[in-house]
Amino acid sequence: MIPAPFAYARPTTVDEALQAIADGGEDVKIMAGGQSLIPVMRLRLAAPETVVDLSKVAELRGVRDDGDAIVIGAMTTHHDVLVDPLIAQHAPLIAEATETVADRQVRARGTFGGALAHADPAGDLPAVALALDAEFVIAGPGGARRTVPAADFFVDYLTTALEEGELLVEIRVPKLAGEWGMHYEKFNRVAQAWSIVAVAAAVRREDGQIAEARIGLTNMGPTPLRARAAEAALAGAAASADAIAAAAQSAAEGTSPSSDLNGQADYRRHLAQVLTRRAVTAAAGL
Amino acid sequence: MTQINVRVDGVSNTDDVEPRTLLVHYLREQLGKVGTVVGCDTSNCGACTVHLDGAAVKSCTVLAVQADGGEVTTIEGIAQEGVLHPVQKAFHEMHGLQCGYCTPGMIMASIDLLKENPNPSETEVREGIEGNLCRCTGYQNIVRAVQQAAGEMAGSAPAAETTGAQS
Amino acid sequence: MTVTEDAADLAPAKEVGKARRRKEDARLITGRTTWTDNMVLPGMLHIAVVRSPVAHAKITNVDVSAAKQAPGIIAVYTGADFAEEQGSIPCAWPVTPDMVNPGHPSIAVEEVNHVGEAVAVIVARSRTAAADALELVDVDYDLLPPVLDMEEAVKGEADLCHDHIESNTAYHFVFDAGEAGTGADTEQAFADADVVVSRRFVNQRLIPAFMEPRSVVVQPQGDNFTMWSATQIPHVLRVMLAMVTGIPEHKLRVIAPDVGGGFGGKLQVNPEEVIALLVARRLGKPVKWTETRSESLMTAHHGRDQIQYIDVAADREGNVKALRVRLLADMGAYLRLITPGVPALGAFMFPAIYKFPAYRFECDGIFTNKVPTDAYRGAGRPEATFAIERIMDELAVELGMDPLELRRRNWIQAQEFPFTTVAGLEYDSGDYDAATQQALELIGYDELRAEQRRRRESNDPVQLGIGFSTFTEMCGLAPSRVLGSLSYGAGGWEAASIRMLPTGKVEVVTGSTPHGQGHETAWSQLVADQLGVPFEDVEVLHGDTAVSPRGMDTYGSRSLVVGGTAVVKAAEKVVAKARKVAAHLLEASEDDLEFADGKFSVRGTPGTSMGIQEIALAVFAAHNYPEDVEPSIDADATFDPVNFSFPHGTHICAMEVDTETGMVKIRKYACVDDVGTIVNPLIVEGQIHGGLAQGIAQALYEEAVYDADGNLTTGTFVDYLVPSAADLPHFDTGNTVHAAPGNPIGAKGVGEAGCIASTPAVVNAALDAVRHLGVSDIRMPLTPERVWRALHEGGDGGARATAGTNAYGGAQTETTAGVSTPQSSLGGDR
Repeated sequence: MIPAPFAYARPTTVDEALQAIADGGEDVKIMAGGQSLIPVMRLRLAAPETVVDLSKVAELRGVRDDGDAIVIGAMTTHHDVLVDPLIAQHAPLIAEATETVADRQVRARGTFGGALAHADPAGDLPAVALALDAEFVIAGPGGARRTVPAADFFVDYLTTALEEGELLVEIRVPKLAGEWGMHYEKFNRVAQAWSIVAVAAAVRREDGQIAEARIGLTNMGPTPLRARAAEAALAGAAASADAIAAAAQSAAEGTSPSSDLNGQADYRRHLAQVLTRRAVTAAAGL
Repeated sequence: MTQINVRVDGVSNTDDVEPRTLLVHYLREQLGKVGTVVGCDTSNCGACTVHLDGAAVKSCTVLAVQADGGEVTTIEGIAQEGVLHPVQKAFHEMHGLQCGYCTPGMIMASIDLLKENPNPSETEVREGIEGNLCRCTGYQNIVRAVQQAAGEMAGSAPAAETTGAQS
Repeated sequence: MTVTEDAADLAPAKEVGKARRRKEDARLITGRTTWTDNMVLPGMLHIAVVRSPVAHAKITNVDVSAAKQAPGIIAVYTGADFAEEQGSIPCAWPVTPDMVNPGHPSIAVEEVNHVGEAVAVIVARSRTAAADALELVDVDYDLLPPVLDMEEAVKGEADLCHDHIESNTAYHFVFDAGEAGTGADTEQAFADADVVVSRRFVNQRLIPAFMEPRSVVVQPQGDNFTMWSATQIPHVLRVMLAMVTGIPEHKLRVIAPDVGGGFGGKLQVNPEEVIALLVARRLGKPVKWTETRSESLMTAHHGRDQIQYIDVAADREGNVKALRVRLLADMGAYLRLITPGVPALGAFMFPAIYKFPAYRFECDGIFTNKVPTDAYRGAGRPEATFAIERIMDELAVELGMDPLELRRRNWIQAQEFPFTTVAGLEYDSGDYDAATQQALELIGYDELRAEQRRRRESNDPVQLGIGFSTFTEMCGLAPSRVLGSLSYGAGGWEAASIRMLPTGKVEVVTGSTPHGQGHETAWSQLVADQLGVPFEDVEVLHGDTAVSPRGMDTYGSRSLVVGGTAVVKAAEKVVAKARKVAAHLLEASEDDLEFADGKFSVRGTPGTSMGIQEIALAVFAAHNYPEDVEPSIDADATFDPVNFSFPHGTHICAMEVDTETGMVKIRKYACVDDVGTIVNPLIVEGQIHGGLAQGIAQALYEEAVYDADGNLTTGTFVDYLVPSAADLPHFDTGNTVHAAPGNPIGAKGVGEAGCIASTPAVVNAALDAVRHLGVSDIRMPLTPERVWRALHEGGDGGARATAGTNAYGGAQTETTAGVSTPQSSLGGDR
């Protein structure tokens, strides 16, 4: 299939991009890597009036150290995320999850920011960003910037806090203090497939105990979710198989997973428990 | 229409394209580079894989306008002066193809994989080509071919596993 | 660009048996291919098809006015425009005299019967213009209830798929061994049996999913038409198109250029082929149609889709006494080329390798509002093999016997060949025990069983199972007389010609049209041996009805067995003709000539010889040749086999089942196949591998799912899961060789073996892993959810949710081309 016709803008700066979005008419789509958008346009499930292609906006690419956080440019490709030393050092969970995204050709084009702005609950990176308490830096008309915490960024199914005319610029991932272990536990049927359910876990151990756990759930509702009840049960719990298993029992609390070809809601709830146990166990180094 | 300049298999081209033109359609229909084929419409099958500025991409999921100023290599451009690329040769030697429709994309993806990982294990090859579907071979001989090519490219080609013999 | 051969390859004297690298590869690995969609002709127009977004409806109005006004649009046609000339897509296999065929228009005229059915055709200057105009055609539908469930469809009060016929049943086909005189009374055998095991199996709907989308180009030249099509069957297609459209057969030329896979999926007369021909005729211009993948999944024929009720009777010692099979076979909405014949072909394979004294088979072909089913790799035989190999395991459980011991007790012994089965087939050769022993060694059986015990004892969350499939199949389709007795509309012979060129090079023309099988290589090997000429001196021509005028094409593992034999027979005739010329030129008696290594020599006169390639030149010059012969040593042959051939083998799968999540993972897979004499071990191994991948995919991944409205939910590769390299295991393969007595090559056929055998081995393995946890069946494909449900809720894991997908932000995949959906506003990026 061939996409429906659209006007095309290829800005080279964030300011130009914001202008292009403002000028683009009623129905503007911002294209990052295009690896989800182009297929959807080919199937004519999307037929935007204007496509604003960010691929030449160099300032949106790359990862930098910003003191207490690392900052990942929205247009940093999955491939670049995988080979980035700062991410490897401070947020290996992102790399681990990114490695499971689609396939190498898609990872060569697809971007970190694009995946987050798409906010597909079955996508792997939103739950990771949520688990790491990432912050989303958004540029608006006129260049004004605002920062939204991950907990507020994912609003609903494929819907984020990004308003019309706004652009996701970069993602700040706070550096974690203390001894953290991380693991992304993905469950899917074939290599290329979206997650049926996945669990992103980051665990801080202290004196043989789990001092703190952050658990992000992929595809357990219209948005990525934190498994708050399980996190609470883990805080201060013994770093033991039994304690983790007990805490993981509450992983699906407060979730509202969908039923589809790959699994019905009750099965997804069950998976969330099993995968949370596995993810936390691995993150805790057990 | 937007004018683009793209170097494809060593030849510079200047063409007008609609922004919605997919790179693969530009290659096939405007340049006659029909060695690269289309197998799906959801970026799953990888049959259309080419190299864009040195990285393997699915040319059905890139707009031709995005290749402006770039360099594209297709299956038609990897043999140098009549000498097959080691990966092409290995696909032939190890019977890594049957109908051959996935082959251009499979070869281009494999070359990309070997650039990053010159000596992949069987599992690494399988995961490295997960973005390319083949319906004929069951992949085993493709995996053998990629490993065989890796050996040859490393300059220390191990004796080819006897093809045709049972594994 | 040349492709080099190992020097070692040149050593053996005989070509047959050599692992020749394929001649075909040179163009395929360099992108110098001739796929149909590569074709560009001057003035060529592009066709796009407007397709029904609903499963069942009356068409009340089709408004094409807006589409006609769109830029670059040459014409827009509806079903009404072609109603008088489009005829019906042919069905060549009326399996019973009273089979009901509702007729199958290429473009729907009054009603639509499945999602994706063609309702209008756009003809445009460019592919893009055609695609853009699709959504401008406005079709009004008066909805009818869709018929989707076969078990519901056969009930008295069921809605009808076709209201002009009486029921949803196309035919009722029966084979009863008692009545046929090939076995005892089945009902009596069941009544007398100690043990009866009954099961209901679902053999799910699959999509062949060849990698090259279908494509057709038609060029009119006066009143002649040349069609290039991505088809398995150019010869059959030509005959059928002539019959359907009334275009005289001799005015039609059909070419299958490079064809990217088929697996039965391109064994069809497609509506779009008819449409392209009619449009080209109407406009007098060359036209092209190439489908998109989503169009292909939605509208190219599907495969399998049977509900199988199977009963087996045995005594307490494990001797089988009788087999009874009742099938509901989903035809889909229409009968295409061999739609009704697929389950009927399977009818004879349910008894498999076992010595059943009694057997009865009944099948109802059922209409539903889904795309028609037809041939898919194995066509009838995988369904039969699945059912019998699954129920043998169930019987073993019932009897408390080892599943292999039960099989061994009942299978045909090596010394019993040829063996006539209860289904009336005469199995040719083999040794089931030898193949099984070899397979057990290959997989490391004892070690796996020990590990299985350890995992059970420790209550490991990951359990291990081992599953068997000791299969046979009938292939080498097919003896024409047998096909006639089964009411098939054509024969099963194959044709070949050999042309000896003046320079000594050899052209081999085959009627068996390849699409990835390597005929050019294998046929060259055959001819090189027969004529004693170098492998490189042979060129194999195929796939063009003007070049290869007679043929029956490629399907049913027939090419080597039937088509290869025709080549050998033609070569024998060439040698016989050359012998006369050689005798004349060498001034010797024909009887005194020996032919070896390409040379005729006179017995007892050393140094007097003449090569067959020299004779070709002599005959070309024709200055000196015998008076009673024509100056040609070219020859034609047609081979019609007298029996099928029966490859067999033992497949063993070791499977890990994660009992916490339901995820299954193949640990090891080993198989030993007997496909008769092996001409090219490389190609044989490749065919086995590919077959295994598809058979395993049926067990684990693939299923065409329709939702409650009849939309194909698995309408893209996002949801129809064709496995990648990362999803399949390494295969350990081996062979035993028992030559087929029915053809001079001794080959049995290999194209379908892996696909037929593997599916039940995989399912049996999964069940063996969790049988002790109370699971006795899991429905295919073994999705983790089904496995988990079977473990935790009992039953077979149940139906999947039929709607909803995560693909592309939850957009439903009912993306009927040209129909915009409420999700059009969705999208984003990854």
